[in-house]
Amino acid sequence: MRRLISVAAATTALLVLAAPTFACGGLIGPNGAVNLLRTTTFAGYHDGVEHYVTSFAFAGGEGEFGSLVPLPDVPTSVERGGDWTLQRLNLETEPQPVFAAEAARLGGADGAEVLLEVRIDALDITIQRGGGPEVGAWATEHGFRLPPDAPEVLDFYADRSPIFLAAVFDADAAAARGQAIGDGTPVHLTIPTDDAWVPLRILALGKADAEIVEADIYLLTDEIPSLLPAPGRPFGPEGLELTHSAAASDLLLSDLRSDAGMGWIPERAWLTKIRVDGAASDITFDLAVAADGGTPSAVDAGFAPVGPTPAPWSTPRTWGLLALAVSLPLLAVWLAIWLSQRRSTPPLADA
Amino acid sequence: MTRRWLAALAVVAVSVVAAGCTASAATQRVEIGIHYSAFQPTEVTVPRGVPVTFVLTNDDPIDHEWLIGDAAFHERHRTGTEPAHGARPDEVSLPALGSAQTTLTFDQAGDIQFICHFPGHEAYGMVGVVHVE
Repeated sequence: MRRLISVAAATTALLVLAAPTFACGGLIGPNGAVNLLRTTTFAGYHDGVEHYVTSFAFAGGEGEFGSLVPLPDVPTSVERGGDWTLQRLNLETEPQPVFAAEAARLGGADGAEVLLEVRIDALDITIQRGGGPEVGAWATEHGFRLPPDAPEVLDFYADRSPIFLAAVFDADAAAARGQAIGDGTPVHLTIPTDDAWVPLRILALGKADAEIVEADIYLLTDEIPSLLPAPGRPFGPEGLELTHSAAASDLLLSDLRSDAGMGWIPERAWLTKIRVDGAASDITFDLAVAADGGTPSAVDAGFAPVGPTPAPWSTPRTWGLLALAVSLPLLAVWLAIWLSQRRSTPPLADA
Repeated sequence: MTRRWLAALAVVAVSVVAAGCTASAATQRVEIGIHYSAFQPTEVTVPRGVPVTFVLTNDDPIDHEWLIGDAAFHERHRTGTEPAHGARPDEVSLPALGSAQTTLTFDQAGDIQFICHFPGHEAYGMVGVVHVE
C-alpha cells in the first residue's frame, strides 16, 4: 500500500560564500557570513506527488551565495512559485490583528549527476544526484566552501536520498532586478515520491551549537498526519512546536488553488504548522511525516540507520516482552503451588 | 683458523654498517586521518631529534589543512590570509579526499599543537597535539 506521506523539504541553513575573504585558506570569512532569514516552507502531498514551495530570502551581502536543500526524490519540475501562497498560509495560522486586510497586502560536481538546471529570478538552481563527496566537489568547483560539519550532515542525507537542490543566489543580479534585502524568491518543486521527510537537520548546518534555528513548516495532507518526532508532546524534542492542526477551510483551499501552479490543491485537506525555534545543537533530526496517520519512519526521522529493517524479535523491547510473557505464568504457577501447600499444612499444635 | 676470524670480523663489520644505516634512516612514520572534520588520532607521541614523517589523509569532501606550531604560530594563522600552504613542512594543505605527507624533526621535548585554521574548523574541534619525548 502506498504510503501517503507529505514532505517538506526545509530550506537550508547552509550558506556558503563565493566572494573571497581573508581568513587563512578559507572562503567563508568571519565578516563574510550572510544570514538566511526565517525560513518558511510549504509541502503538500496529494495523489503521490509532493508540492514543495519555499522562499529563498537572504539578509544581505554581495556576490554569490549558495544554499543546499536535501530532497526526498527527483523533481519533475522546478519553477517560480506563486507570489503569495506562503503569506496566505501565515495569515491562516497566525493570529491576525483587526487590520488583517492591511497586513495581508504586506505579505509578501565532479561525479555529481546534474539532473536539472533552472534560473529563477536571481537564483540559479541545480538538482543533482550524488553523495557527500560529489556534492562537496560540486561546491568546490563552483567556488563555494562548505562548513566543517558538512561531511557528516551530507552523509546523513545522502544515505537516504542522494538528491540535493543547490541554489546559487546572485546578490548583484538581485540588486539589479530591484530586489531588496529580505525579498524572497518563491520556488515550487513538484516531486513524485513515496518516501518523504522534512529535512530539519540541514537548517543547523554551519551554525554554532548555541545559534538559533528558525523555520516555519506548513504541511497540507489528505488526512491528519502522524509526525516523528511528535512536536509539543511532553517528551517531544526541544525546538519543535506544533502551532496549528486543523482541517483546512474551503476559503483557504480556494485561495491557495488560485495562486500560480497551485491548481493541484484538493477539495479537502488537513493543515499542519510546525515551528522550529531551537538551538542548532538540538536540531539533530528530521521530521518524518505519515500523511495517512500511520506510523512515521524512524529512518526518515534520522533516528534509525538506513538498512534492512531488523527482525521484530531481535529488538531489546521484544526480548523484554517475551521474558515477561514467559515469567508471569511461571510465577503464577509457583504462587498457586505455594498457596495450596500452605493451606494443606496443619497448624502446629499448641505446646 | 685465520680465515674464520676474518669471516667473523667481516660479519661484525657488515652488521655495524647495517646498524649505522638503520639508525640514520630511523624516520618515524605517523599516520593521521581526517574524517567528519576531526583528526584521528588527536594525540601522537614522537621522539625528540628524530625525523618524523606525518602521512595525512583527508577522507572528507571538503578541504582541510594541517598546521603545526607553537601558540604564536597558531595565532598568526587564525588571522592569516594565505589561501593555501605547502611550501613549508609545518604547513600542509589537504584537498578534499586528498592526502599529503611532511617530515619534521622536533629538537625540544614538549607538546606542540596541530590545527586546521579554516574558518570554523578549530572551533569545530579540528585540534590535535604531538607529544615530543
